[in-house]
Amino acid sequence: MDDTGADAVFKALADASRRELLDQLRAENGQTLNGLCVSLAKSGTRMTRQAVSKHLAVLEAANLVVPVRQGREKLHYLNPVPIHEIGERWIANFERGRLQALSDMKKALEEGTGE
Amino acid sequence: MNKPKFVYVTYIRTTPEKLWAALTNPQTIKKYWFGMTVETDFKVGSPWRPKFEDGRAADTGEILESDPPRQLVIRWRNEFKPELKAEGYSRCTMAIEMADYYPDVGGKAVKLTVMHELEGEGAKFIEAVSGGWPKVLSNLKSLLETGDVAFRVEAA
Repeated sequence: MDDTGADAVFKALADASRRELLDQLRAENGQTLNGLCVSLAKSGTRMTRQAVSKHLAVLEAANLVVPVRQGREKLHYLNPVPIHEIGERWIANFERGRLQALSDMKKALEEGTGE
Repeated sequence: MNKPKFVYVTYIRTTPEKLWAALTNPQTIKKYWFGMTVETDFKVGSPWRPKFEDGRAADTGEILESDPPRQLVIRWRNEFKPELKAEGYSRCTMAIEMADYYPDVGGKAVKLTVMHELEGEGAKFIEAVSGGWPKVLSNLKSLLETGDVAFRVEAA
């Protein structure tokens, strides 16, 4: 990924509301704008429909969310490819196993399931 | 069309013809798809059978649509994991189009969209394929843009 692409991704991710939207799509991929508003309300996040729509546009421009038209509906999909490309830029192949082990250990310890 | 389970998009600085060739040339596929050998002529109705390097069948399926250099649709089922095979067939669409690449700074690139739909319910299959695609797409992109792949190891 070139730096223009990376800039768009980092800018899009530098906002808690937009990260929350990605979390919602991770939990359920392919939601409509209405569906997302309902999901957010259910998880106790206050965001106006207008704000959700604006944030989605930023995420789409960064290629982190992909819109798919189906009939009259516009479905939104989480696209992890740009995040993967950023990871690839700084993570060498041989480091992957060790980083995975470290992240598994952190997760186990923080969830209190570690030995 | 069922509602897609996942949709992946990558922008590649190449031409639609070169991308189509990369998606349909067995020698090229082998390079970005971790040594997988694909036996098919990519004609509508033809069988499609990727095999691992040791010759075991990875998946089986058939070509549903082949519209060079725009769209390739494959119906496929996993062959090597019984619990994934049991979930049945999925439909994978690879669509190629010219697109503005970050329109604010100009420039054109080829947009590759990969979409998977399932004929039935199949959470495990989708989890398995969706994990592999980002690596395969990264490899394909870097092969076309730089002539080399990013990952050589077997997909986890």
